[in-house]
Amino acid sequence: MHPILFIVFLPLLAAIIAGLGNKQLGKVPAKVLTTGALFISCALSWPIFLGFVAGAGEVTVVPVLKWVQSGSLSFDWALRVDTLTAVMLVVITSVSALVHLYSWGYMDEEPDQPRFFAYLSLFTFAMLMLVTADNLVQMFFGWEGVGLASYLLIGFWFRKPSAGAAAIKAFVVNRVGDLGFMLGIFGIYLVFNTVSIPEILAAAPGMKGTTIGFLGHRWDTLTVLCICLFIGAMGKSAQLGLHTWLPDAMEGPTPVSALIHAATMVTAGVFMVCRLSPLFETSETAMHVVAFVGAITCFFAATVGCTQWDIKRVIAYSTCSQLGYMFFAAGVGAYGAAMFHLFTHAFFKALLFLGAGSVIHAMHHEQDMRFYGGLRKHIPITFWAMTAGTLAITGVGVAGFIGFAGFHSKDAVLEAAFGSGSSVGQFAFWMGILAALMTSFYSWRLAFLTFFGKPRWASSEHIQHAVHDAHGHGDHGHDDHAHGHDDHHCHADHGDGTAGYHPHESPLVMLIPLIVLSIGAVAAGFTFQHAFISEGAGEFWKGALVFHEHLIHAMHGVPTWVKWAPFTVMSLGLLTAWYGYVKNLSFPAMVVEQIGPVYTFVYRKWMFDELYHYAFVVPAFWLGKVFWKVVDIGIVDRFGPDGAAWTVSKGSVYAQKVQSGYLYSYALVMLLGLVGAISWVIAG
Amino acid sequence: MTGFPILSLMLLVPLAGALACLFLDAKGARTVALAATLINLALGAVLWLNFEVGGPQWQFQEKVELFHGFSWALGIDGIALLLIELSVFLMPICIGASWNSIEKRVGEYMAAFLLVEVFMLGVFTAQDLLLFYMFFEAGLIPMYLIIGIWGGADRIYASYKFFLYTLLGSVLMLVAMLWMIHEAGTTDIPTLMAYDFDPRVQTWLWLAFFASFAVKMPMWPVHTWLPAAHVQAPTAGSVILAGVLLKMGGYGFIRFSLPMFPEASAQFAPLIWGLSMAAVVITSLIALVQDDMKKLIAYSSVAHMAIVTIGLFAFNPQGLEGSMLVMLSHGLVSGALFLSVGIIYDRLHTREISRYGGLSINMPRYALFFMLFTMASVGLPGTSGFVGEFLSLAGIYQVSTWTTAVCGTGIILGAAYMLYLYRRVAFGEQKNADAAAMPDLDLREILMVVPLALAVLWMGIYPESFMAPMRADIAALDARLAQAKPRGDASIAVAKDKPAPAEAAHEGAH
Repeated sequence: MHPILFIVFLPLLAAIIAGLGNKQLGKVPAKVLTTGALFISCALSWPIFLGFVAGAGEVTVVPVLKWVQSGSLSFDWALRVDTLTAVMLVVITSVSALVHLYSWGYMDEEPDQPRFFAYLSLFTFAMLMLVTADNLVQMFFGWEGVGLASYLLIGFWFRKPSAGAAAIKAFVVNRVGDLGFMLGIFGIYLVFNTVSIPEILAAAPGMKGTTIGFLGHRWDTLTVLCICLFIGAMGKSAQLGLHTWLPDAMEGPTPVSALIHAATMVTAGVFMVCRLSPLFETSETAMHVVAFVGAITCFFAATVGCTQWDIKRVIAYSTCSQLGYMFFAAGVGAYGAAMFHLFTHAFFKALLFLGAGSVIHAMHHEQDMRFYGGLRKHIPITFWAMTAGTLAITGVGVAGFIGFAGFHSKDAVLEAAFGSGSSVGQFAFWMGILAALMTSFYSWRLAFLTFFGKPRWASSEHIQHAVHDAHGHGDHGHDDHAHGHDDHHCHADHGDGTAGYHPHESPLVMLIPLIVLSIGAVAAGFTFQHAFISEGAGEFWKGALVFHEHLIHAMHGVPTWVKWAPFTVMSLGLLTAWYGYVKNLSFPAMVVEQIGPVYTFVYRKWMFDELYHYAFVVPAFWLGKVFWKVVDIGIVDRFGPDGAAWTVSKGSVYAQKVQSGYLYSYALVMLLGLVGAISWVIAG
Repeated sequence: MTGFPILSLMLLVPLAGALACLFLDAKGARTVALAATLINLALGAVLWLNFEVGGPQWQFQEKVELFHGFSWALGIDGIALLLIELSVFLMPICIGASWNSIEKRVGEYMAAFLLVEVFMLGVFTAQDLLLFYMFFEAGLIPMYLIIGIWGGADRIYASYKFFLYTLLGSVLMLVAMLWMIHEAGTTDIPTLMAYDFDPRVQTWLWLAFFASFAVKMPMWPVHTWLPAAHVQAPTAGSVILAGVLLKMGGYGFIRFSLPMFPEASAQFAPLIWGLSMAAVVITSLIALVQDDMKKLIAYSSVAHMAIVTIGLFAFNPQGLEGSMLVMLSHGLVSGALFLSVGIIYDRLHTREISRYGGLSINMPRYALFFMLFTMASVGLPGTSGFVGEFLSLAGIYQVSTWTTAVCGTGIILGAAYMLYLYRRVAFGEQKNADAAAMPDLDLREILMVVPLALAVLWMGIYPESFMAPMRADIAALDARLAQAKPRGDASIAVAKDKPAPAEAAHEGAH
């Protein structure tokens, strides 16, 4: 049996057992089972990936089961392994295994743990089905499967109204994209008479120059198909317009955010574009759309990220922005660079989220950075891990030499955009540079607000509850973690901004994933740069995506200032953040005052939520009421059955006897009809 | 196959059970009804196992000449087989759902239910036009009684509405049938399916049948009887109404309208598409604003049935097979959803959504199954809801991209109203003490929902079991429709300087 079968189905099996066993099974067996399954999957995935890195991997398709055959439309369950899949396999199983482990600590107080771990494993299964799909419909299965898991996990704390609302929003907004995906699949079947990915990709160039009717107009066939599919990608990968669900998805437990809403699920759109790159390559218009949407998103999300106070929301907008980088890389044809950034981003963004989780854990679920400060002394390991993540995302490194993970991948993306020579590539480059400036700013802002300065959590409600509870239940809880501050026990002592509360470092099960991911954030860039984006990377990809060698040459040939530009803006962002959040604390408020309306607009996330609420949600409910009360009851019923009843019952008590009355008349009509029928037939 | 009249036996068993129930006390009637439906389920299994896939079109045929022209003629093809299996599968669950909740006139109730089964199976097995008509119309009488006697407070109005709508269609259909018998000189359905009626006459015949099937389906705007009937019907009544009786409209289209009047069907296809588009959007939006659980699911049924009608009028195998799968899936899923509503209704005696909340806390097992059925209803891949919906939409895409796009919004709106329902019922805090005290599923309820859940997953993961029996029949129907198939609006055109690639030649693009 091929190891891919175990990689994919062990998490499913674990999810089923843990989910159905639930309370009867107990917390520890559920945790051991799911986490164990993921570590096995992970251990089986790396050899496959390293095999491809070493140039020894083979493209394999493992058939599993027949699915649907209807006329000429047929698709089966099958698992495809090629380079692209292998990259995704290690990303998914590694981050998932670490997140499972991390959750042992993070979710420790949660009574409902088997359910949580079952969902996590279910998610992993669906994601693996997505990346191993050999046809578009199985990809869609994984696509919606991860959507389900995401819905369940965002709504995991279902008692909170905000969690329930966020879960629905995520599912429904994604469904908008999914409709695009479905229309794309239908169109592809119409055009290519197949939904098998390799067959589509082989036939795509032959369809160049044809047109197709769609919604009453004629369009370039391949452009329509690609745009429809890309709308699906925009939904899943939270690109501008369909991004509104991602920040709200932060209602889910933080390990979920790390796994689903940073490292894996949200990158599915990028994966899809790369997987279908030969198709996208056939439509210049579609490529431009991809690049343009990516560039705009990366800029938009970065602006919002600069203004948020919730630590998870900052990272969520950061994710949205980084996904924009991946898309515009793909849009200019640098699929290798897009996948490379996806790969490194998975490690450092999961790290940042898990680090944030560790901070939140230490701060009794306080997520507002205004109530943090000076935490580096209290939670040093978390601090160092977050620093590694920040260095990675901001792309610290020496041009042409070596740097943290994000340095290698983000610079490659920017150089590819510039080197592509197209005007949309130029646009993407400048948007990317601006976003890089803001990335550096908001990332360091987060770091400074959280770990530097003086403690500010005295007025945090969460902390006050924690302190109150600890005192209410005796002092032991805090004495265990006394950092030589035994004199700070009482409420009265608010002078140092701590309210007597002293955060403590997370348990080992949470720190191990942080440390492992830190290694990834430091080393994933230079270790795998050669495989993903060097001149010889075509050997690695083996046709799993379109690899333009000339683009690699163009990347190397960009002017020196282009190579140094990311470093320059990174430094600028760092300095600004340092000035505003360490040196001169009144500076940010001053700036906000200066740019008032602009700040409000950005802080309110460009008003997308308000816009959609009034453009879609309110009219939908209003229309529903109108169709129900006015059309159904007011018109159809009034002139239909009620009108008939009124006519019949007028001046008689007939209506009171309908029950028996109508039954008999009904039977009578039938009987009469039959008699008539039979006599006619006999007579005829 | 062996000449054993298994179809007649399947009609006889519930009939005998119904008669017995009339003379038994409550306990005896329940037992007899359960036994009769289980025997029929077993017979259904025998039927399925002995059905020869790829064999003759009509199997298990029986024919007894009664009098001139009219005969007791039964027989099934793959399409009928699947609907029979759906019926016999749901019946024991309906009896189970009525086990405790029906307390008055139990004998009569069970008898009425068994009669519904007789008539349903009669509809799917009849091969004589008049026999079909009898079963088709008679099936409504026990249903009418179930709503009118064992229904909720407003049951009289509901059963009256139900009756009035149906009456109109029935009369017109009967007239059309009589004309057809006169014209073709036979009441034999297989013969009529191959009879070429004059296309001008087809128009009128098609409209007459349409009047009946559109109400049964129900299609917008003749759907308003459905929410009323569902709301007032007892749980099992809703299950069988949504599960099987709504399928009679679809069965009517696939058995009569399409093969007998192919030209008229093509002529009226845009009408069907238009009504279906309206149904999906309008009833989905209405479902969004409902406060009554049963009404919400009833409106969602109208939206789902619109996916059936677009598939039927897509004139290709994907659309036809897709619509059959939507019918089967909807039978399971809406049945399961009404059952889910019934389970909590039995505990709290209200259908008002806002009275519930936070059920995931005190009823975790229930929440799990309700989630599964919700997801199947919104068409999550891997559940039964997806395959049919996907094929139907893929089918209609080949003839009308507009219809696909508009009906496709159903996947968005469907997710919205179903998840909104789920959130209000299962998520959130426990607002009401009585709802919070409700116990989780008991053994009887688990025995009802588990088979439904397994069937939903089976049809989603390996639909081949359900597609194989009907493949040849759909192919035959598709061939019959080929003469009238409308040209799609998505047809690929090749630019001047490029030769057409071979792959471009596609059946939908002719």
